[in-house]
Amino acid sequence: MRDVLDEALAGVAARPTRLILTTLGTVLGVAALVGTVGLGQTAAGQISQKFDLAQATRVVVEPGDKNGQEGEAAAELPWDAPDRLDHLNGVDAVGTVSTLDVGSDLVSSVAGLNGGEGKALTVMAGSAGLFDAIRAVLKTGKFFDAGHDQRGDKVVVLGKHAAERLGINRVDSQPAVFIGDEAYTVIGILDSVSGRAELNDAVIMPNGTAKAAYKLKAPDAIEIRTSVGAAQLIAGQAPKAIAPNDPSTLKVDSPPKQGAVRKGVEGDLNALFLLLGAVALLVGGLGIANVTLLSVLERIGEIGLRRALGAARRHIAAQFLVESVIVGLLGGLLGTAVGVLLTVGVSFAKDWTPILDNKLAFGSPLLGAVIGLIAGTYPAWKASAIQPITALRGA
Amino acid sequence: MSTALEMSPVAVALPAPVVEMIGVRRVFPGPPEVEAIRDVDLVIRQGEYLSIVGPSGSGKSTLLHLLGLLDNPSSGIYRLDGVDTMSLKERRRAVLRGERIGFVFQSFHLLAHRTVLENVALSMVYVGVPRRERMARARVALERVGLSHRMDFGPTTLSGGERQRVAIARALVAEPSLLLADEPTGNLDSVNAEAILELFDELHAGGMTLAVITHDDHVSERAQRRVRIVDGTLQW
Repeated sequence: MRDVLDEALAGVAARPTRLILTTLGTVLGVAALVGTVGLGQTAAGQISQKFDLAQATRVVVEPGDKNGQEGEAAAELPWDAPDRLDHLNGVDAVGTVSTLDVGSDLVSSVAGLNGGEGKALTVMAGSAGLFDAIRAVLKTGKFFDAGHDQRGDKVVVLGKHAAERLGINRVDSQPAVFIGDEAYTVIGILDSVSGRAELNDAVIMPNGTAKAAYKLKAPDAIEIRTSVGAAQLIAGQAPKAIAPNDPSTLKVDSPPKQGAVRKGVEGDLNALFLLLGAVALLVGGLGIANVTLLSVLERIGEIGLRRALGAARRHIAAQFLVESVIVGLLGGLLGTAVGVLLTVGVSFAKDWTPILDNKLAFGSPLLGAVIGLIAGTYPAWKASAIQPITALRGA
Repeated sequence: MSTALEMSPVAVALPAPVVEMIGVRRVFPGPPEVEAIRDVDLVIRQGEYLSIVGPSGSGKSTLLHLLGLLDNPSSGIYRLDGVDTMSLKERRRAVLRGERIGFVFQSFHLLAHRTVLENVALSMVYVGVPRRERMARARVALERVGLSHRMDFGPTTLSGGERQRVAIARALVAEPSLLLADEPTGNLDSVNAEAILELFDELHAGGMTLAVITHDDHVSERAQRRVRIVDGTLQW
C-alpha cells in the first residue's frame, strides 16, 4: 500500500508543470465552491446578525385588546412595571413609553408664536430607563433621569427629526420649547433609536411631568431589552410579573424563534452558489480525467516495464487511480485555501465577520480527492487493460 | 561445468532446468491466422548462457515474450523453474515474472524522472522485498555493474552503455532465475556493446542463467550455446 502511494507520488511529482495545469480546474472549482458558500454564509450571517441585535433582544408588552368577555376595559399597565421586570434574570433594561394626548397644543421653539411657527409634533412620555431599553444614542446633552421623573421637572428630550424641525441642534445654551404655552427645557437630542422609530419625531418628557401636565393615567407600552437569547424566556415571564392575577390580558411582542430568518436567506443563496461550484467541479473532474488518460498513453512504456517487473493489472490500476486522487486532493487543498482567502478577504474589505463552516473547510479537500477518484477510474482501468507486450513495443 | 557434461553426460546429474518448453505454439488469430511459433522444444538449464538468433519476422520477439511470461502459448507446455505456467492466473503469473525473470530491453526502459538507484530498486517493489532492504540491495547491484558513482544521477545524464548497465543491475537485483535480454546492444556503439557483453560473460561465470535474443551474430557468438530461429521453428 505504501509502495503504491510512493510510486504514485513520484509519478505525480515527475511532471510539476502538468500537475499544476491539471489541478487548475479542481482548484478553481473548489475555490468557487468554498468562496461562494463561505461568502454566502458570511453575508447571510451579517443579515441575521443585524436582525439579531436589533430584534432578537426586544420584548414589548402592551395592554391586550378588549376581549369583550366581561365588557371590561383593557387592562392598564402599572407604573411600577419597570421595577417589577428589572430584577428578572435576562432583563438588561426596561422602560415605559406613552404617547400623550396634547389636544391642539403645538410645539414651537419660540414663545408666543403658538399657531404661527408651531409644529404639530408628537409628544411622548417615558421612564428614565426607556432610553437604555431602546438602545437610544444621544447626539448631544443627556437623557432625563429618575430624579427629573419624580420631581416632574419641565424638561424634554427631542427626537432627531423633531429637533431638526424645531431648529434646535445644541443644548448647552439650555434652549426651551413650548408645548402649548408651557415652556420646557431641552436637555438632550437623540441621534438614533432601534425600534420605536416614532421617537425620532417626538418630544419626549418624563412620566412624572406628563402625569402633572397631561394627566397621563398609565403607560402605553413597556419596552424591554433582554440579554441575547433571553427574549423568549422574558416574553413568557413578563406578563406574570406585571399582572400576576391576569397575565393573559397583556399582549407581548417577542422576536421570532432564532434561525427562522437566517435559514430562509441562506437557503436561497446557497442553492445558486452550490450549482456554480458544481459546474466548476465537473469541469475540473473532466480535466483530470483527460490529462490522466493522456498520461496513460504517454507512459505506456512505463506500464510495460512495471508489468515486466511483476506488477499485476491491479497494481497498474491502483497507481493511476492513486495519482489521480492525489491530483484531486491537491487541487482540493489549494482550492480550499483560495476559497478561504477569498472569503476572509472580501469580509475584511466589507468589514464583515467571516463565517465559514468547519465541515466546508475540511470537507472540500476531500471533495477534490473524490473527484480525482471518479475522474481517474476510467484511465486507470484503461491503463491496467494494456497488454504488457503492446506496452513494451509501444515505447 | 560444460567439461563435466562432455566427460560423463550420463553419470553426472545435469543442472536443474530453468526453462522447459515442449511443443509450444503461438498462433495469432486472424484473419489471416499467423502461426508465429510452432513446435518449439527448448530447455535452458541453470547456469547456461544461450543465445537465440534470427532475422526480424522470424518469431524471436514472440519467443521472448513467451519465455518472459508476457504472453501465453496457444498450446504446448512451458515450465519455469518447474512451475507449470500454463495453468496460472494472471496475478500469479505477474508474481512469477517479477520473481524469476530479469528483463534487459533494447531501449533500456528506465524511468526518466527517477534516480538510477530508484530505477534499480523499482524491480523489488512488486515482488515483496521489504522496503528497508531495497536500497541496500540496489546499491550492491549497481556496484556489481560498476556504476556506484552514478547512483543519484538521473538516467538522462548517462551514456547509452551506462543506461544499459543500470537496466542490467535492475534485472539482477531481484535475483532472478533467468536473465532475458532482448537485443541488449541494439542501441549501443561497438565499445559500449563490448562492455555489456563482457558484463554478460562475468555474470555467466558467476553462475547466472542468461538468454540473449539478437539478430547480431557478433553478439550471439559470445554465448555458450546458440539456437537459430527461422519461420517460428528452432534450428540447432
